[in-house]
Amino acid sequence: MKLTIQVNEGPYQHQASDSAYNFAKAALDKGHEIFRIFFYHDGVNNGTRLTTPPQDDRNVVNRWSELSKEHDLDLVICVAAAQRRGIVDDGEAERNGKDATNIADGFRISGLGQLIEGAVESDRLVVFGD
Amino acid sequence: MAGEIKKLMYVNRRAPYGTIYAWESLEVVLIGAAFDQDVSLAFMDDGVYQLMKGQDTEASGMKNFSATYGALGDYEITKIFIEKESLDERGLTLEDLQHLVWEDEDDDWAERDSIQLVSRTELADVMSGQDIMFNF
Repeated sequence: MKLTIQVNEGPYQHQASDSAYNFAKAALDKGHEIFRIFFYHDGVNNGTRLTTPPQDDRNVVNRWSELSKEHDLDLVICVAAAQRRGIVDDGEAERNGKDATNIADGFRISGLGQLIEGAVESDRLVVFGD
Repeated sequence: MAGEIKKLMYVNRRAPYGTIYAWESLEVVLIGAAFDQDVSLAFMDDGVYQLMKGQDTEASGMKNFSATYGALGDYEITKIFIEKESLDERGLTLEDLQHLVWEDEDDDWAERDSIQLVSRTELADVMSGQDIMFNF
């Protein structure tokens, strides 16, 4: 089955991104295709490489980057939600005159059309978050 | 997306300003309108407050986006379902909500109501006929 996953909550405060990660991993293990993972609302905070959780805890951001590398996943952060919350890549830094970037490996910033396209192109849209 | 048309429903369940879900839902709806899908919106639970008339956010310093709902008809979003029980439970009626309309180009741009008041059971039936549900 072809899946698009939407993650609506940031890391650590809420279990949603852990659940989304575990679901994605399990789906891939079962041979399903993941068309795209779209990060929206506070979910965009899953894509900042500046997080530094304690060493004895999971690293939610790195875990996404590693899964993306392993399975060539398309991790998309919503641009409008990212601009509000300070998730920045090179293009956004230049466009908005910011002096730094923080996007993590494997993520890219793009528009909400990517969510709609993912939902329409996939057999299922699976949403994590309240 | 070669000509494939799916039935998309956006379900709005939260009050407009306590969290950003309502506004960021509306952003998806407006962007999604460009995709030529069969779109409908549902407002239920505290989501019915999103359509209240006379919203004034000045004291809270929040952006008042309530006028944007009035533009949905221009985006060819013409099916807006309001759950009756959610209004009843909050002491509201349709009179408390904005009057949302669209213009029918096949009938000399006659103004038509976008809002359909439905019971919880009827809304469940509408939901079960959808291909894709966006919950906000």
